[in-house]
Amino acid sequence: MRQSSRLWPSFRRTVIALTALLGACIVPGNESAFNPAGPQAGRISTLWWFMLAAATAVWVVVMVFLAWAVRRSRQRDQALREPAGDASMQRGVVVGGALTVLILTAFLIADIATGRALGALPRKNALRVEVIGHQWWWEVNYIDPTPGRIVTTANEIHIPVGEPVQIIGSSPDVIHSFWIPNLHGKKDLVPGHTTSTWLRADKPGVYRGQCAEFCGAQHSKMTALVIAEPRPQFDAWYNAQLASARPPSNPVTARGQDVFLKSSCVVCHTISGTLAAGTLGPTLSHVGSRLTLASGSLPNTPGNLAAWIVDPQRIKPGTRMPSSNMNQADLQALVTYLESLK
Amino acid sequence: MTVARGVAPLLPLEVETVRPDPVAPQVWEEVELTDADQELRKELLDTWGDNPGLWGWLRSTSHLSIAKRYIITAFLFFGLGGLEAGLIRLQLSQPENSFIGPDRYNQIFTMHGTTMMFLFAVPVMVALALYLVPMMVGARDVAFPRLNAYGYWVYLIGGLFVYVQFLLNTAPDAGWFSYVPLAGPEFSPGKRVDTWAQLITFTEIAALVAATEIIVTVFKHRAPGMSLNRIPLYVWAMVVTSFMIIFAMPSVATGSQFLAADRLIDTHFFNHAEGGDSLLWQHLFWFFGHPEVYIIFVPGLGIISAIVPAFTRRPVFGYPVMVLALVTTGFMSFGLWVHHMFTTPIPQLGQSFFTAASTMIAIPTGVQIFCWIATIWAGRTRFATPMLFVIGFFVVFIIGGVTGVMVASVAFDQQAHDTYFVVAHLHYVLLGGAVFPLLAGVYYWFPKFTGRMLSERLGKWNFWLLIIGVNVAFFPMHILGLEGMTRRIYTYLPETGWGPLNAVSSAGAVIIVVGMVVFAINFFWSLRRGKTAGENPWGGETLEWATSSPPESYVFMYLPVVKSRAPLWSEGSERVVVGGLRSDVRDTLTTTLMDAEPDHRQSSPAPSIWPLMAAVATGVMFISAVFTPWGLVVGSVLLFFALFFWGWPDKADQAKRLAGESEATA
Repeated sequence: MRQSSRLWPSFRRTVIALTALLGACIVPGNESAFNPAGPQAGRISTLWWFMLAAATAVWVVVMVFLAWAVRRSRQRDQALREPAGDASMQRGVVVGGALTVLILTAFLIADIATGRALGALPRKNALRVEVIGHQWWWEVNYIDPTPGRIVTTANEIHIPVGEPVQIIGSSPDVIHSFWIPNLHGKKDLVPGHTTSTWLRADKPGVYRGQCAEFCGAQHSKMTALVIAEPRPQFDAWYNAQLASARPPSNPVTARGQDVFLKSSCVVCHTISGTLAAGTLGPTLSHVGSRLTLASGSLPNTPGNLAAWIVDPQRIKPGTRMPSSNMNQADLQALVTYLESLK
Repeated sequence: MTVARGVAPLLPLEVETVRPDPVAPQVWEEVELTDADQELRKELLDTWGDNPGLWGWLRSTSHLSIAKRYIITAFLFFGLGGLEAGLIRLQLSQPENSFIGPDRYNQIFTMHGTTMMFLFAVPVMVALALYLVPMMVGARDVAFPRLNAYGYWVYLIGGLFVYVQFLLNTAPDAGWFSYVPLAGPEFSPGKRVDTWAQLITFTEIAALVAATEIIVTVFKHRAPGMSLNRIPLYVWAMVVTSFMIIFAMPSVATGSQFLAADRLIDTHFFNHAEGGDSLLWQHLFWFFGHPEVYIIFVPGLGIISAIVPAFTRRPVFGYPVMVLALVTTGFMSFGLWVHHMFTTPIPQLGQSFFTAASTMIAIPTGVQIFCWIATIWAGRTRFATPMLFVIGFFVVFIIGGVTGVMVASVAFDQQAHDTYFVVAHLHYVLLGGAVFPLLAGVYYWFPKFTGRMLSERLGKWNFWLLIIGVNVAFFPMHILGLEGMTRRIYTYLPETGWGPLNAVSSAGAVIIVVGMVVFAINFFWSLRRGKTAGENPWGGETLEWATSSPPESYVFMYLPVVKSRAPLWSEGSERVVVGGLRSDVRDTLTTTLMDAEPDHRQSSPAPSIWPLMAAVATGVMFISAVFTPWGLVVGSVLLFFALFFWGWPDKADQAKRLAGESEATA
């Protein structure tokens, strides 16, 4: 009994410590499946809390029985000789097995019900957005029957609040996975396949998510933002994106445009209304209107943009964008020009 | 006793009863050797012992030597994998840490996964079995000793190869799962992924060899009387594991060869532009990869079943149910692989099937857990370190088990997949389900391996540090995952808010490292200073405890005969043994599959250098194939010669055997 009295409190302490840790840790963050902003994530979150409760109960019950069995067996002078106790053990195992089957069946039913609910999102007048994963940024195309109304942008997806959105995913290079935890689960973008997923944001906000399938050197810095805003704001944004890039309005921005067009930038980037029509990198037609740079790596400020242009490899080692060697004035002008492209 | 069935042996086999004991002991007692025994012992040592010196060491085919090397090598790789884990936790301990860059980080996490899965977990489990299973079924060696040695050498060469590449900065960097097209020729130029693909081939061969050894040893070399329903549960677990290896490995072998071919000779198995498909890789990989988890975990279940009786003084309750649960787990593990692919474009109906299967596989494991708890309840539990680790298994593994049921749900998995939630889940399962039982097993069988006990005091430190460390390191990851932290990222921004929990997790990693250092200290200290163990220090009931500790090269002086499931606890006072086996050549006994009736005598081959040579040839073949397809041709020719000499009869051995047989018939 000497050892039992030492083991028992330490076991209890462990349980208490674990419970405290659990309580301290579940604090919903911003980019969190615990903090749903749409019906899909909401459904899954409900399922999660149900499963967490059931799973915790299972763990606690098994631990209690284990502790009880240990205590019982330490009070005995010697083990029960077979077959003594077999009948009660058999009862215990059968009841345990039956409960396991019941609980698992409940899990299964809950999962299927949630799956059906996820598929039942009303889809009338859906906005269709094509998301193409590249190493390591997101190309975003808004699909419209009128070719002139197709908007192309990158890394930031504006959607109207309360309306269904179909995300049509694909990838020209490796497998990526599109995931916005606040809105819905993830969907892989597999080369040679087109995938589709639906989501709806019921609250305005900026929802962040990272590429979820390992896609190479900069898998870590491949962030997408979904910006949910009321319909009027969305329409305003959409129309602004439809327009050609703003022409330079002063000598500095004019010089900036000149620097851009004469450098290697044009090989990969597009600025509508100019000769720059590269498609290897994200379009820059309205880069000044974005919140972040380098696929969510940096806030979009002139300083960060300059740092990014000069030495992208320092910020995102392995990125396809090469460093540029230009003098201070050119850089200044280029940054001013790009930031003016609202 | 009739012996001859099928092939009649030249010498009569008989079952003798030796040394009746007036008092019936509960556990077999050690016996004093008579002069005749001493003489027999000397002869057996001559016959079965390794030759002295380096040459003898290289030629050794004894399962005791091979398995010991195997276990030690696997633990060294465990250390390396742990070191990599430490580096990962160091890098992630704070946001935007610049300790390791993405290129190095991707190699490190790939090596961590690859090492732990392919170079530690599976090898250490089969290695333990290669040591114990023959003893537990009452055999002197595995069925094919030379093949056994070959398997070890192939494994060692593969492991060394990938670590040399790591030092040269050309370690694989596409993850332990090497998804195409990222791992394909276009997006992973260079030799990194080729190294991975060939390492997989090495470990596949080693695992298949070990599985074959275990199955044939158990099916054909059991002690007379050990019918199928008397096989120890640990041995059953290893039989199930071995069958899973045999059915799972060909899938990844196909996959890795397709990958190597795509990279080396421009085939297009996975290139969608030419009609291939990258999802094919995922199916091939996970058809192996999911059973792989059970290949690691089922031996853990077996270890628990081996330890619980010794510490509760009672056989595990519900033997038939336990065996059926193991077999069911083995079968079902092949019906789950798609739950690794719930976010890929596959039909929803198919997904539901795999959800159901993934959920229901919890039933056999649950039943086993209930049976163990029942056994503990009915027993008289003692808390030595092995039993503490068994309790640790319950505490940690069940957390991993219930989160496993959660991620089996398609809906929830869409959120959890490829996040730190899954990292937490899999570490709870593998640490709880494999490492805790494994350490329990090391504490339990260390006296058998070395003749000395591990320190109980250090063992308890080891246990408490580990269980606290594991929970501190991995529990926060559940939350991190659902807060959006994806897997395999080398850094994260401060505004994600993931910093504090990552710091906690890294602190937990430090505790784990301290715990494992205590284990290492305990190991080395006890190796020299540990308390001397007798034959059966824990009072175990299976046959490995009926030999000296450490066992002599011949293991059993007389092969045992068993009459029950717990031979060392059996009523009665007699040790019944097999007679009539020769001691001047490596004679072994084969028995029938179902009832383990003596079938005939079989000669086990003498030590040979050729298994090592064949492994070297295999190494030349696979390693050079990384650089040129012609490597396969050259390697095949070398391998042909190695195998040719491998099978060449040893004249001296042959002459001795023939002389002995004619003497006996004369």
